[in-house]
Amino acid sequence: MTDQALDPVATPAPAAAKENLYTARPWTLVWWRFRKHVLAMISLWFLVILAFMAIFADVVAPYNPFGIERLLTFSQPTAVRIVHNGQLTWPFVYALKRERDPVTARVLYEDDFEKPLPIQFFVSGDEYNLLGLFETDIHLFGVDDRRAKINLLGTDGLGRDVFSRLIHGARVTLSAGLVGVAFAFVLGLTLGSISGYFGGWVDASIQRLMEFIRSVPTIPLWMGLAAALPIAWDPVFVYVLITLILALIGWTHLARVVRGQFFAIRDEDYVMAARLAGASEYRIITKHMLPAMTSYIIAALTLAVPEMILGETALSFLGLGLRPPVVSWGVLLQDAQNLRSISLAPWLLSPGVAVVLTVLAFNFLGDGLRDAADPYGQ
Amino acid sequence: MIGFILRRAFWAIPTLIFVSLISFIIIQLPPGDYVTAYAAQLRHGGEYITAVQEEAMRQQMGLNDPVLVQYWRWISDIVLHGDFGHSLEWNAPVSTLIWDRLGLTLAISSLSMLFTWAIAIPVGVYSATRQYSVFDYIFTVFGFLGKGIPDFLLALVLMWISFVYLNLNVGGLFSPEFQTAPWSAAKVVDLLVHLWIPILVLATGGAAGLIRVMRANMLDELGKPYVETAYAQGLSEGQVVWNYPVRVALNPFISTVGWALPALFSGDIITAVVLNLPTTGPLLLKALQMQDMYLAGSFILILSVFTIVGTLVSDVLLAWSDPRIRYA
Repeated sequence: MTDQALDPVATPAPAAAKENLYTARPWTLVWWRFRKHVLAMISLWFLVILAFMAIFADVVAPYNPFGIERLLTFSQPTAVRIVHNGQLTWPFVYALKRERDPVTARVLYEDDFEKPLPIQFFVSGDEYNLLGLFETDIHLFGVDDRRAKINLLGTDGLGRDVFSRLIHGARVTLSAGLVGVAFAFVLGLTLGSISGYFGGWVDASIQRLMEFIRSVPTIPLWMGLAAALPIAWDPVFVYVLITLILALIGWTHLARVVRGQFFAIRDEDYVMAARLAGASEYRIITKHMLPAMTSYIIAALTLAVPEMILGETALSFLGLGLRPPVVSWGVLLQDAQNLRSISLAPWLLSPGVAVVLTVLAFNFLGDGLRDAADPYGQ
Repeated sequence: MIGFILRRAFWAIPTLIFVSLISFIIIQLPPGDYVTAYAAQLRHGGEYITAVQEEAMRQQMGLNDPVLVQYWRWISDIVLHGDFGHSLEWNAPVSTLIWDRLGLTLAISSLSMLFTWAIAIPVGVYSATRQYSVFDYIFTVFGFLGKGIPDFLLALVLMWISFVYLNLNVGGLFSPEFQTAPWSAAKVVDLLVHLWIPILVLATGGAAGLIRVMRANMLDELGKPYVETAYAQGLSEGQVVWNYPVRVALNPFISTVGWALPALFSGDIITAVVLNLPTTGPLLLKALQMQDMYLAGSFILILSVFTIVGTLVSDVLLAWSDPRIRYA
């Protein structure tokens, strides 16, 4: 397994391969090893695409996430077709006819087979400000029709396009995960490195603190802190506080990884050498020890992201986290909270699918990174 | 051994004090106090009290005292009289509210815990002894899915499926006609019909993680010389596996058995909210949403105390089952 894992894939001659292997830099070795992990690679691509979609949400989403359409509530996802009248054509959708069920008087939407609308790329639609740079109205895809719409994931109770909202929600949910991890990273790294480097009573007291934080049940504490935030506050401020709350509890795991690593390399010869050369404590920690454990820390960070995302989703779902008009996946799932709306519009669960896929992707990516973190091991 | 227990119990005391402080701070966090909330409630009902009256009420209830004094009053009432304070929202003592819902909560969470273990241990052992077999891969996929799917989402989906495709009336623990009826055979059957979704959701959620742990532990143990020795002595595979490595691999289960204590008390809060179960979890959520802080704070206090006691129990059990820990 070891030889195989260390063997670079695309090299012409075996001798050259060996040469490459011995002279490769550590990060190249990590990358070679990581590349072997198929699931992790797929997850990496998935997350990169997702991140791009989130950053350019305004372009990717065909409609404004807040655009209410009174005559198009709870419409089912529009099917993209390629066969019209028995002929293969450019991908298109049918316009929807609005009808009423004669028995229950419920509004139904049916395909209008007379009206194929070809899907077009870079069409003009709602205006928006692209990343604060300039005004534009170009959307990645859409249909060129005033009346008909393309709702890849249907619409919600107010006729808002679920797909557009999902993409915009990815922005908030993903960034909440990353910002939360960033806070946790600073806390965990600082306290973990102090604890691991100095040992003794400093270590003991930091350990007690971590034990204490871990001893408080997570969800109730999150809920308690989140519920204490006044409802009237600015959503952006609440967002920052929620990520802080998530981080305040999430840093202990990171600190434990860092501390364990510090214990492992504290007595290495090169650290001793640096100390004898008169380097300051700060310099030893930042210049000599931290670089040695970067890959472990990255892996631990990646594994911490899904925790944060799940935390945000759960809190918002319960109505204690972010609140509308902020769009996050947890907020979107609030619409799917009762049986009536799910049985009427199962597509409202799609943000849940997005959460599951993202969490799984981060888990696989983290596993792959952890396996690749020590390219010289085994 | 007694020294070890005493030492651990001693360490728990500062943690307990700290936890109670945190709970009290959470109670105090929202702006306004009991009187503000009470006045708002009265205004909502069309009545009205003056600022002077409000101030008098504050004086009388001691809400103007320093925070530490208030904390002392709160905690001494709990420790000495078992009085957790009064819930504004329900207009009832906090202890009664929690007590009322505790029975069903305990039933659901202990059942789901039993199922979790009944699934996790045999499957974990199987996956480890038949590593890389078809079923091992299936269970691995199951484990990852269980880790990725939030419990409340699983509950939602199961509820939807059983409603749309199986025509079951789910949510809650009883059908409307049995809600207030006295206990009878029919009511028990009704309970069982409703019970399977929460048990299934909670058990799969918990088992997914534990299978991975059990499998990893078993794989560590199966390679050790004592296992080979046991095989060499001519024992059958079942005897070897279940009598030796499984007992060692169960260590992490023992170290987390204590954490089951707070879980038993609260149930899984989010799942309970989704499925509309009459357990303590939704009570906590409601309290937090209404900022009924005495109820919420007491809840968090009880949960934290249970966690600390649970950890203590785990440590003692571990020390008892594994002598190496006692002397470490």
